[in-house]
This record gives sequence, structure tokens and C-alpha cells, in this order.
Amino acid sequence: MKLVTAVIKPFKLEEVRDALTALGVNGMTVTEVKGYGRQKGHTEIYRGAEYAVSFLPKIKLEVAVETALADKVIEAITSAARTGQIGDGKIFVQPVERALRIRTGERDNEAL
Amino acid sequence: MTLMRALKTGFGAVSAATLMALPAVAQAAAATPPVPNKGDVTWMMVSTILVLMMTIPGLALFYGGLVRSKNMLSVLTQVMATVCMVALIWVFYGYSLTFTNGGGLNDFVGGFSKAFLAGVDVNSVAATFSNGVYIPELVYMAFQMTFACITPALIVGAFAERMKFSALLVFVALWVTLVYFPIAHMVWYWGGPDAIGDAAKAVAAATDEAAKKAAAAKLDEVKADAGFLFKLGALDFAGGTVVHINAGIAGLVGCLMIGKRIGYGKDLLAPHSLTMTMIGAALLWVGWFGFNAGSNLEANGTAALALVNTFVATAAAGFSWLIVEWVVKGKPSLLGLASGIVAGLVAVTPASGFAGPMGSIVLGLVAGALCFIACTSIKNALGYDDSLDVFGVHGVGGIIGAIATGILVNPALGGAGIPDYESKPGELAVAAYEFGPAVMAQLKAVAFTILYSGILSAILFKLVDIVIGLRVPQEQEREGLDIAEHGERAYNM
Repeated sequence: MKLVTAVIKPFKLEEVRDALTALGVNGMTVTEVKGYGRQKGHTEIYRGAEYAVSFLPKIKLEVAVETALADKVIEAITSAARTGQIGDGKIFVQPVERALRIRTGERDNEAL
Repeated sequence: MTLMRALKTGFGAVSAATLMALPAVAQAAAATPPVPNKGDVTWMMVSTILVLMMTIPGLALFYGGLVRSKNMLSVLTQVMATVCMVALIWVFYGYSLTFTNGGGLNDFVGGFSKAFLAGVDVNSVAATFSNGVYIPELVYMAFQMTFACITPALIVGAFAERMKFSALLVFVALWVTLVYFPIAHMVWYWGGPDAIGDAAKAVAAATDEAAKKAAAAKLDEVKADAGFLFKLGALDFAGGTVVHINAGIAGLVGCLMIGKRIGYGKDLLAPHSLTMTMIGAALLWVGWFGFNAGSNLEANGTAALALVNTFVATAAAGFSWLIVEWVVKGKPSLLGLASGIVAGLVAVTPASGFAGPMGSIVLGLVAGALCFIACTSIKNALGYDDSLDVFGVHGVGGIIGAIATGILVNPALGGAGIPDYESKPGELAVAAYEFGPAVMAQLKAVAFTILYSGILSAILFKLVDIVIGLRVPQEQEREGLDIAEHGERAYNM
């Protein structure tokens, strides 16, 4: 099993969700986060006060999938979330040791 | 217009007389108390309510939107509590200290003869700026009360997000007593047009030398019964010096003495809701028609002039700030637009009944641009933390407006001219305009107000700091004044 973590532009969430649903992904966890990479931030000016806002709002999406599906998931997220502009985000993949569905006690691939 | 008023007055007297026994008619005819015009009374009651609306919720929301969400309630509470407290102080002794004769100190402050509204009842009247026109003294007192309430509320913005609530209340009580009431007395206390007109008529009517001398002495006495700045010839239609310079300087002194907010110049101290600020600025503009046009004390052409000036100067200043900011900083911001609007309202306040509309537009354009510079370059260069730019908008805008009033009053520039109640008593004559004395009187009044308000405010801040402490502890400032001082949160979402 793999845990795919993607940090994407907030307005791309629906397209990414649709693409993953089409692959048969049954669930995911989404968090509103702030961060920056190469995009850096922007400047806000309130009268005389200028603030460099470095952390921009992003969506962090976490989805655990069977190892066999991981490459397709990465590909789907990449194509759905890409705008070609700086700030499109990043994808990280980690191995998952165990998984468990709390209600039924199903384990690993059964639990995804 | 005059005929209509005379007819109405006569009619009112007759209808009142028919309700009374005949001997009462003779008494009423002997005393001839002035009967206020219902239109004037209505307009002044509406104006009074409009000025209250400027403060709550107008000013409160304008300021509240500009602070961080953790301090929203503290600003709203400070503004609203100031209104409540000053309204009470005003009827207890504030009105009396401002608008009565102060005996030996009459140049600077009034006395206690009308403390607790002694003698102010449904029958007493107050003079306006026209001969023979009066309004109920209760309305005049209430209208002036709203000015006393908003002025200290303006200062709140300078030390927002760090001032201790108890210290604020004590400071405001002391400040209105020792700074606002005296300054308002110095600028606005005078005998009224009829007192001067009647005394001038007596001089003209005197036949022999001795009578003439006595009448002239009486005229001098009537003219001397006025505040120090009024006698200098300083013009302040609706409170440029009394309200805005006064509050702006007190705010500057306050933010210098209390010190910068934690994280100033380093952390993000961005406004939490410019939506609220926009609503507040718009309510200020609407309410300001009561402030400026109401300051005419009667509903006539001069009130209409003040209304138009309050429209166009404000529009010009809002636009001016927006454009300058667009050019200098790259983007036209809503906060810039709203700030320019308030700067224009401030600047036109002393000029509103004196300048012409085109003069007011020039004033607005200048005020918008200069207040922008004051709030951006000057503030940053000097490094003081005037949280919501009380000095940059009210102090600087007030000074520009006060000085410009001395120029724009000139009839040659479309101004209304300086009224002359003496040379043709009973008529609204206009004195010949002289640039030097007119501007000099304004400069003296501005300088005096800056010094008086600056020095007295510094002493009062120091006093409150020693006794109570001006500032909340560091951890409370970090937590936010809403929870720390008031035990509640603005937004539970």
C-alpha cells in the first residue's frame, strides 16, 4: 500500500477528485493548508503597512491506495492539477505498513 | 421665506393664545419668547441622531474592521462605552462647562451654572447663526452632546489593540473635562447674533454722547463674552479644530506614550475585515451630513451649502487618495478609497458652511493626497504606531481643512464670506475678506489647539499610566483584548 500526499491549488480539488473517483479510489482526506515553494508569496499593502505574505492557501490531499494503483493515481493527480503555472504543487509517496477499517475490523487492502 | 416664518410665528402665537385666558395674552406679548421653527427643530433632531450613527456603529465598524479579529470587540466596546460615559458627563457638567459664561476664566472655559441641565427645559432656547432664529436649547444641547461623544471615540484608534479598558475610561473622562470642553468653549461659545445685533442697534440709536458711550461699552461687553479662539476670529464651522485636530493630536501623543504594538513592523497586523471598514466609512459619510449641515443649527441655504460641500469634498478626497495610491503603490485599494473619504470628511468639516462647492473639491483633492502621504511615508519615516491612523487622517486632515477654511471662505473664491452681525444689525451681512488676518486667525487657532491638546493629553496619559497603567500585559496583548479584557470572542465559527 502507498500513501499519496498531494499539495495542490485549491480550485483544482474537484477535478482531482473526479479523476481519482474514475480510477476507483473510494475515499480521501483533504486539509486546507498554507505553504510556499518556488511560487513564494505576495505583498499586501494596508495604507502604509506592507506585508510580505509568504504562505499561500493550498489543499493537501491524502489518499491511501493499493501499490498497484499508485502510479495511476499519481498520474491522474498530475494531469488534473496541472495548470503549467508556478505554484501547481507537489506529490509525495510513502509506503504504508498497515491499514484498518475501524467499523468492521477489515485490514490492509480490504480496508482501503 | 422670512414672511412665511413671520406668518407662522404669528399664527402659532394666536392659536396658543386662544387656549389661554385673556390676561395671559398680554403677558406673552410683553415677553415675546422666540418660537422655534418646526422645520429647524426637526432638522436638528435628525442631525443629532445622524451624528450618533456616525459613532455607533459607523466609527466603531470603521475601526473594528481594521484591527485583527482577536481585538474586534475591544474596539467596538471602547467606542460604544465612550459614547455612553461622555453622554452622561455632558449632561452632568460638560454642556455647562462648554456653553456658559465662565466668569474670570471665560476666555478658556465655561462655568457650572447649567450643571445637571439647570434651567435647560422645554421652554429655553439657543441662538443660531441668524438673527431672530432660535432652536430649543434641549436640541442644541443634545446635538452638541454627540460631538462630545465622537471626539474621544476617535482617539481610540491610535492605541487600538493594546490599551487597557479601565485606563481608557479614566483617560476619556479626564480628557473631555480638561481638553474637549475647554477647546469647544474657546471656539464655539459666543453671545449669538441677536445679542450683538441688539447691542449694535443700541449704539446706533443712542442720541447723546454719554448714551453712545454706554451703548458702545455694552457692545464691547457682549462681544467679549465669547471664547478665546472665537474672539481671535478663527472659523470652525463643524469642528475641524475642536473635534479633529484635537483628537488627532491626542491620538498621536497617546500612541507615542503607550508604545508600539508587539510585532509592529514584523508580524502580519492586517485588517481582519475591510468589509466592516467599508460599511463603517459609508455610515460615517451619511452621518456626517448631520455633523456638518446640522452645525448650521437651522435648515436653510447655508445648511444646504454644507450638505453639498460634504458631498463633493468627500468624493474628491476619496478619488484623490485612490489615484495617488494607484500611481505610487501600484494598486487602487478599497482601504485607500475609504481612508480618502474619511480624510475628505475631516478636511471639509471646518469649511463646510464657509467654502463654495468648487473650493471644497480642491480642498478634498489636496486632503486626500496629503493624508495619503501622512499615513504612508511620514508615518513610516517617523516610526510611530498610530494603529488606525488617527493622526494621519484626523490630525493632518483637520489641519489642512482649518487652514484652507481661512482661504476658501473668500467670496471671490466662491466662499460664503465671514458673517458680520454688527455693521448692519439684524441683516446677514458679509464682512470684507482680507487674506492675511483670515489665514492668520486659522493658523493661530491650529497652533493653539495642537499645543493645548498635545500638552494636556501628554499629562493625562502620564497620570493614567502611573495610577492604572495604560497598557495590558504582554501575554494579554498576544491573546487578544477580546478574551483577555472582555471575556468574549467576536466570531465563534
